[in-house]
Amino acid sequence: MSETSTRPGTPPAGGDAPAMTRPSSMSTVSRVTTTVLRSREIAIALVLVAVIAAATIKTPSFLFSSNSWRDLLLTPAILMLLAVGQAVVIITRNVDLSVGSVLAITAYLTGRLFVDNPGIPMVVVFLAALVVGAALGLVNGLVVALGKVPALVITLGTLYIYRGIVLTWAGSNRINASDMPDGFLALGTKQVLSIPVLFLIAVAVLAVVGYFLYTSRSGRDMYAIGSDPDAAELYGLRVRSRLVGAFVLSGALAGLSGVLYAARYGTISSGAGTGMELQAVAAVVIGGVAIFGGSGTVWGAAIGAILLVTINRALPILGIQDFWQQAVVGALILGAIILDRVLSARRTRKLVEARDAS
Amino acid sequence: MTTTRSYQTHQHSLWRRVLVTPEAAVIALLVLVVVWSETMVPAFSGPLTFPFLVLDAAPILLIALPMTLVIVTGEIDLSVASVVGLSSVLVGMLHHDGMSIPVAGVVALVVGLLCGLLNGFLVAYVGLPSLAVTIGTLALYRGVAVGLLGTRAVTDFPLKWTNLAQSGFLTGRLPYILIPIVVLGVVFVLLLHFTSFGRGVFDIGLNSEAAHFSGVDVARTKLVVFALTGVVSAFAGIYYTLRYGSARGDNATGLELQVIAAVLLGGVSIFGGRGALHGVLGGVLLIAVISSALRLENVTVNVINIIIGLLLVLSVLSSSLLAWVSRLRRAGGVGRGRSGPRARRVAA
Repeated sequence: MSETSTRPGTPPAGGDAPAMTRPSSMSTVSRVTTTVLRSREIAIALVLVAVIAAATIKTPSFLFSSNSWRDLLLTPAILMLLAVGQAVVIITRNVDLSVGSVLAITAYLTGRLFVDNPGIPMVVVFLAALVVGAALGLVNGLVVALGKVPALVITLGTLYIYRGIVLTWAGSNRINASDMPDGFLALGTKQVLSIPVLFLIAVAVLAVVGYFLYTSRSGRDMYAIGSDPDAAELYGLRVRSRLVGAFVLSGALAGLSGVLYAARYGTISSGAGTGMELQAVAAVVIGGVAIFGGSGTVWGAAIGAILLVTINRALPILGIQDFWQQAVVGALILGAIILDRVLSARRTRKLVEARDAS
Repeated sequence: MTTTRSYQTHQHSLWRRVLVTPEAAVIALLVLVVVWSETMVPAFSGPLTFPFLVLDAAPILLIALPMTLVIVTGEIDLSVASVVGLSSVLVGMLHHDGMSIPVAGVVALVVGLLCGLLNGFLVAYVGLPSLAVTIGTLALYRGVAVGLLGTRAVTDFPLKWTNLAQSGFLTGRLPYILIPIVVLGVVFVLLLHFTSFGRGVFDIGLNSEAAHFSGVDVARTKLVVFALTGVVSAFAGIYYTLRYGSARGDNATGLELQVIAAVLLGGVSIFGGRGALHGVLGGVLLIAVISSALRLENVTVNVINIIIGLLLVLSVLSSSLLAWVSRLRRAGGVGRGRSGPRARRVAA
């Protein structure tokens, strides 16, 4: 759970640090096993592999036909981006419920740009969506950080406002695949070395954000703020600007996922991405990010997103009717948080025992 | 033997404490909007406006009552709309299989109670964060509802029962659904504001550890408020089914955010420990009146979304802004010492 405190290299707290376990007291094998068992990311990845394996054994074409291999990676790409942004926000002990509406705005913006400016370069569209998404995130961040008001309420408000904006803007208009250039739509299905481009984009974003969160000063600050906002303030961290940064990142990634949405599905209406915010939060929770902040990784959130999407596709193959998918997802979320609770309780007990023994 | 203890009197006079509150602000805004609609929107004063307003707002109004208790304890319940859907599906299925509506309704209420108990158990006794738990059960209950009925819809409800949900006294001017709304409203006002249970609910929201040490059974109280939310949501589901004469798995999708928006707009603090039911009533009606008036003016639902969102943001920002203004004023008058809400909160 508390990822920050188990990381090697963290200085022991206080002068009377408990006796540390010598590295040599554990064999390499057992050390690797405990690391693997403790790592939430690996655990969730194992579940993912198990789901894919089960579906593949039942119906080999789930993995081994070229189309399904593509879909396996392509479908989660959008949710992965949303989950990565959401994970960063949740790590700071906030939440961003407006991402589904931001996605709708930039998805429609993408279509609109192509319709109104034939021949517009794709890069411009991507940049425009990123900037608009970041600006919408900036609004969230500024209100939350400067107003010192709960993010849940503010982003619930902006969920309605942003959705209202796109509803007003788009009306009952629908942008169809024929309105967008073939080059852009091809992006939705194009593959490099049999890996879909959209998935590559998501993974690239994941790698950059993950590296930044793991190593950079402001990334570590996010964890500190999420663990204890008051202490972070007293410690002199720039809490406000970090919070704004987290929301801008989440908004920008939601903006980017809007472009991906347009490329992937080809049809955009004002209802795009409705309810995606809760899916993103669910992916983050499944991925082991504590809902009260301070721990978890974007890797976990991304794998959680893949698992969430893959399970939806695997269930019909495993003989469970489509209609029950959502129930299984719900059970999965509950299972994940209960498991977290059990594991962290066990770890706390062990730490207490270790302290009392010394 | 007797020692006299002097308590500090309230800092502000009674009228200020009653009138300068978020609840009063919401109600004043509601009155303004009603007056504005009456004068500016010709169709608003028509005989059908009020009954339809009540019929449409009833599910939100009903669920907002227990939701207020949940939020005052500092928790949240996102699964209410899924319980509405599940209860709707159960009523439809059981009726379709030949059960009478009252019996099917009782089954739906019991299932709603069980849904609420599961939420409450996981939050109160297992100690899991309610935001995460109820996102999980949101998917779970909705999933069961959709799983049970698939894409089918049950619509063959007896006219006797659908009429009960759609009409009212005085040739429909006062919908029958007002009876359960008023009864539940009174029950919840008494429960939250006039019983020791209600004081416990506020105590938990302010400081659950202190509440525990002052004898409040924190876990049981939380279990009860979640269970109440489940039952009332199931009741709203039965009403929803009969009102629209249709039981579908996706009934009332997204209603949870509307309920929470209304409760927060009514001045309930998302951090818990603060709020009052008359404010919540004002919040629900404010949204209902604005939607109704704008719809009569042929303003599309989009603008209504924007207005609700803005109101929500402003309602939480306003307290921050007020605190900021009063801090500025206090900074002006040096030597007056620390007073006002901040000092009182420290004392509490």
